[in-house]
Amino acid sequence: MSIQSIKVGASPEVQYLLRVGDSCLILAQRISEWCGHGPILEEDLALSNMALDLLGQARGLLTHAAKLDGQGHDEDQLAFLRDERQYLNPVLMELPRGDFAFTQVRNFAVATWLLLLWQRLEHSSDAEVAAIAGKAVKEASYHQQHAADWVVRLGDGTEQSARRMVEALATLWPYFNELFDADAVDEAAAAQGFGPAWSELKTDWQAHMSEVLRDAGLTPPKDSAFVGAGRRGIHSEHMGHLLAELQYLQRAYPGGKW
Amino acid sequence: MNELRSNACQRLEAAWEVLRQIPDPEVPVITLAELGIVRDLRETAGGLEVVLTPTYSGCPATELIQDDVRLALAAFGEIKITMQRAPAWTTDWISDEGRAKLKAYGIAPPGPVNLAQGAPIRLVHRASLTKLACPRCGSENTEKLSAFGSTACKALYRCMACREPFEYFKPL
Repeated sequence: MSIQSIKVGASPEVQYLLRVGDSCLILAQRISEWCGHGPILEEDLALSNMALDLLGQARGLLTHAAKLDGQGHDEDQLAFLRDERQYLNPVLMELPRGDFAFTQVRNFAVATWLLLLWQRLEHSSDAEVAAIAGKAVKEASYHQQHAADWVVRLGDGTEQSARRMVEALATLWPYFNELFDADAVDEAAAAQGFGPAWSELKTDWQAHMSEVLRDAGLTPPKDSAFVGAGRRGIHSEHMGHLLAELQYLQRAYPGGKW
Repeated sequence: MNELRSNACQRLEAAWEVLRQIPDPEVPVITLAELGIVRDLRETAGGLEVVLTPTYSGCPATELIQDDVRLALAAFGEIKITMQRAPAWTTDWISDEGRAKLKAYGIAPPGPVNLAQGAPIRLVHRASLTKLACPRCGSENTEKLSAFGSTACKALYRCMACREPFEYFKPL
């Protein structure tokens, strides 16, 4: 038995919410891959807990996106029944989990970005978005702090940990550009007071990044001209594999419940 | 009419009495009310409406809590549960009794929420963290092992004086 994929509408509010909600969902999926594989038990728990927070934030945003979309879908249908091109997270989120250094650099970059985003979304013209952000902002500050501790500890650690951090930074750096790229959806959301244009977050994000990298004894890599297109649904080769695992159960057993 | 009103009052009071006894599924030593997540209880046409607020966005106990509340209040008719996010739950809403019970249970209760939280972000360096007293022996010679413990709401610490590990309910 096959199941029909769903599509969402093109309204800027829905697209904007999915960009953020899918970021939380897809990163939660990647981080949760550490469950049972963390280098130490405490870190295994920490990563699983952060994945849970992100998943909870994604649930709120997808539920609200489905409501604004007005087609009668729910959070589960949006999470499990869209095709790849309908997911709007930046490519950064879907990159394979890599080693522990890679995971911590990405977590720090994304937690900082989300924290700045949630702080702005707390003042969204949409009351539900503001309420979701009001909760998430507190969680994100713990995530940021935790990842920052690791970036410093690994960057300023052994020869091997520092080398791996340099490699992780070099790989990830070009993918950060998409977090601050401007486009029409962004501008429409900003104009309505729905949410900030992501480009407005760049200066603060860079300040945090420089502070922590300096403490870690790491140098930011050279800027790249590459900008991912995940926000328009054009993903890397990794996304399909991730979705195959994420969606398997609902595709194989339509409507299956926990 | 007065009698009707007072009946309704008594019904709500009785429901509150039941509601106040429901333990938190993850930290059963304190109740949902002491945890500060029961926001309101209202009469509806066919029963009652309970307004709850989630602790963390991804708290896996949320559904279980709703089921517990529904089950406990079943005698009062149809129970509608409304999850209300704003204003966001804060550990400052944990009652004094709740804090005392947490401490007696071996979980260090949360300190006051930093008012600056949410304002310009300030990264805190590990060494400058305030010292936390061990809930067992009271010593302040303790250290943080991990910001995340067995649940998202707790951090893991150990006491260097009595050598016991303990959890800290993080201010949120």
